[in-house]
Amino acid sequence: MTQLTDTPLAIAGREFNSRLLVGTGKYKDFDEAGAAIAESGAEIVTFAVRRTNLGQEADAPSLLDAVSPERYTLLPNTAGCYTAKDAVRTCRLARELLDGHNLVKLEVLGDDATLYPNVIETLKAAETLLADGFDVMVYTSDDPIVARELEAMGCCAIMPLGSLIGSGHGIQNPYNVRLIVEQSQVPVLVDAGIGTASDAAMAMELGCDGVLLNSAIAHAREPLRMARAMKRAVEGGRDAYLAGRMPWRQHADPSSPFAGRING
Amino acid sequence: MAPHLLRDACTRQLGPNAMSQIQIRLNGEPYTLESTLDTSVSAADLVEQLGLSGRRIAVEINETIVPKSQLADTRLAEGDQVEIVHAIGGG
Repeated sequence: MTQLTDTPLAIAGREFNSRLLVGTGKYKDFDEAGAAIAESGAEIVTFAVRRTNLGQEADAPSLLDAVSPERYTLLPNTAGCYTAKDAVRTCRLARELLDGHNLVKLEVLGDDATLYPNVIETLKAAETLLADGFDVMVYTSDDPIVARELEAMGCCAIMPLGSLIGSGHGIQNPYNVRLIVEQSQVPVLVDAGIGTASDAAMAMELGCDGVLLNSAIAHAREPLRMARAMKRAVEGGRDAYLAGRMPWRQHADPSSPFAGRING
Repeated sequence: MAPHLLRDACTRQLGPNAMSQIQIRLNGEPYTLESTLDTSVSAADLVEQLGLSGRRIAVEINETIVPKSQLADTRLAEGDQVEIVHAIGGG
């Protein structure tokens, strides 16, 4: 029997079998987050860095108890940063938080209403972080020229948005995502905008190396079931891409032979 | 008067266990540190005061990271801007 194989997803020298990356935000509690993430099969999990709540009980649960650094590759993000400077500070704090772990998700946002990436600040931050030894997975617009610049600088993964963060509008410009996939030597992951399983499958069918999502699972009525749906969609989309889809035809082409029909 | 002379004078007058106060900004808010005049407060002391010892946190003072290994040796001074962060859910 033929073995259907795939190469692992390689990011900054690490290899992963899952091509689904998930966030940890918007869950009811850490238990729900932990269970959904486990169900998704994700190996890379992103989280945010924020000020501690002063006065909280010393034994309050921590996200990193539910999503442990021993089990997952943790990917601190710079969500909420609007300047290169804040993003760089956040990454340095995250590296300290995770004992020197240097893989980060860089995102520098442009405004509150769209959370659209500010690519100018993103490029500045990427330059500083790369010089400081970080492995930078970068959230960016679906502009292929910006994506090319970020790759040339040394970012280890290019992550264009499908649509606005948290919008669930899927992939609004598949042609641009395809252009970025075609030109890139490093992994390309759709990050942001995935609403449901078919969106994740579409990203993979376009040839993306992976998908990063959060709200689509966390805000589903049943997060655990959606986590499983996303796992299967990413696997299905990846296989469909590798298999190579049939050509489009203008007219019908019967699957059953004409010869031997009883009315022939 | 130079700070060390002032401290010496106070210590003579008030005794070694007299308290002094240092104002810092902690996570964007004003925060008052109490210290005895003959010891200064370290970043590790602050972390302990806040009940955060042993938790997975990171500390930045005046926009520079203070590695865990250096918390005990890092003295806090009037006006320091201190950030203490942790991991939370996010995408």
